Amino acid sequence: MATALRRRVDPAARFEARAATREAPWVKWALLAVALAFFTLFLLMPLIAVFIEALRKGWETYFSALVEPDALASIRLTLLAAGIAVPLNLVFGVAAAWAIAKFEFRGKHFLITLIDLPFSVSPVIAGLVYVLMFGAQGWFGPWLAAHDIKIVFAVPGIVLATVFVTFPFVARELIPLMQAQGREEEEAAVVLGANGWLTFWHVTLPNIRWGLLYGVILCNARAMGEFGAVSVVSGHIRGETNTMPLHVEILYNEYQFAAAFAVASLLALLALVTLGIKTWVERNAARSGPGAQDEATAP
Amino acid sequence: MARTTRVLPGFGPALGLTLTWLSIIVLLPLASVFLKASNLSLVEFWDVVTAPRVAASYRLSFGASLAAAAINAVFGLMLAWCLVRYRFPGKRLVDALIDLPFALPTAVAGIALTALYARNGWIGQWLEPLGIQVAFKPLGVLVALVFIGLPFVVRTVQPVLEDFDLEHEEAAASLGAGRWQTFRYVILPVLLPALLTGFTLAFARAVGEYGSVIFIAGNIPMVSEITPLMIITKLEQYDYVGATAVAEVMLLISFVLLLLINGLQAWTAKRTGRDR
Repeated sequence: MATALRRRVDPAARFEARAATREAPWVKWALLAVALAFFTLFLLMPLIAVFIEALRKGWETYFSALVEPDALASIRLTLLAAGIAVPLNLVFGVAAAWAIAKFEFRGKHFLITLIDLPFSVSPVIAGLVYVLMFGAQGWFGPWLAAHDIKIVFAVPGIVLATVFVTFPFVARELIPLMQAQGREEEEAAVVLGANGWLTFWHVTLPNIRWGLLYGVILCNARAMGEFGAVSVVSGHIRGETNTMPLHVEILYNEYQFAAAFAVASLLALLALVTLGIKTWVERNAARSGPGAQDEATAP
Repeated sequence: MARTTRVLPGFGPALGLTLTWLSIIVLLPLASVFLKASNLSLVEFWDVVTAPRVAASYRLSFGASLAAAAINAVFGLMLAWCLVRYRFPGKRLVDALIDLPFALPTAVAGIALTALYARNGWIGQWLEPLGIQVAFKPLGVLVALVFIGLPFVVRTVQPVLEDFDLEHEEAAASLGAGRWQTFRYVILPVLLPALLTGFTLAFARAVGEYGSVIFIAGNIPMVSEITPLMIITKLEQYDYVGATAVAEVMLLISFVLLLLINGLQAWTAKRTGRDR
């Protein structure tokens, strides 16, 4: 997804301007019609359906579903889990990107592959691993029970599962970005007498701020929306260990469709805000990025 | 590269933090999966992971994931092409919403798709008279996996298409090639590694997907149960060893797919001269 940060000139103009790189109008419109029909069917309609279903029984039902105590508890827990998981992975992501992008060492590619691992592991397995470690029959189960510490089927397990599934987001955005920027600027700062922190704050951070923000909002969206991993470790205790997605599931399975879609609509709004910020970040990155001049001179 | 003196500070702490965090959160927990199932003998393990109900779930998970990735490869390429090559109203909105499956929680996608494709849903009611049922059937699994995988194809193909050199196409045109010939023999070979990467990413994501599928699948044993659901089912019956054995099979497949994706990305980089 690193490429998504690249500048976005409307390249269509230069293709449509030349006979050699454009199709007959009927081909263009046929392709557009098929592609947009597919887009509408699979992406647009599910999104719209969430809001229509949420409001099917009117605004009053909608709001009462959101302020109901169990719903509020699930919102609090979701915010808490994301509030812990995102900062942890932010610090990790910056450290990993600093080590990988600014230094040469053996096994670097292998390390990047390991960091990517959580993306290719099923979320269900992400939950399972913590049950195997901290559950009643797990490795640390007896010890935890003896000390009266609950991790699985309690909040710490939910936080751990959330950290796992959002692990690579920030690192994955920053590594290619910092590699592309090289290390001359930082080296100059250090040679001129700045210490490590000063160099990071005043040289590196301004260069990576858009990539960092982008990684954080993606990380946050996934942290708040995670379902499979959290479902395995949650134990589904109403009002205690239900996050918003789990609350949606419970309401849905109890045939309280309007209430389920009402809570779901909050998560859908979060997704829309995430996409909005992402688009905004991309535009800013394009403006301040190295490609800014090209954009001005593009035909 | 020769060992040079490092001018920049912080290598030790940064790498140390990275390795520690990686080990605690990812590596040790994943290792526990392989230690747990070693309680089983090889024969017992084989019996668990090839039991009829589990085998049926592999067929559905892999079959539907392959089909969904193939559908996404075709329509994702089309969408990427339209976004790069054509100007049309609403383009920026479409471009932004392509990433919706990355941002929308899977449970929300699951119940929304179920509402659409149920017998009385907006789309389901038109398919019902044709004798096509989507929700609570294997076809529903396919629909959910298409939703989940679409951005992977679009977002891997799009940048390669954007960077494509106009001169190649002009050269093809000046030599008398039609647009289709140019696409088939000039553009597609350059796109192929990226398209395959997108296909494999979509496939890998689909195999492990859980949240968006379980609502629409109906979860009928032997018919519409996906493999991740088998793990959950076994866990709910306190069959930790069985759940872990199935998880091991899935993890091994994920590792193979990960290696394949890395290879494909290296090939893309080589073919297009782009960095990964």
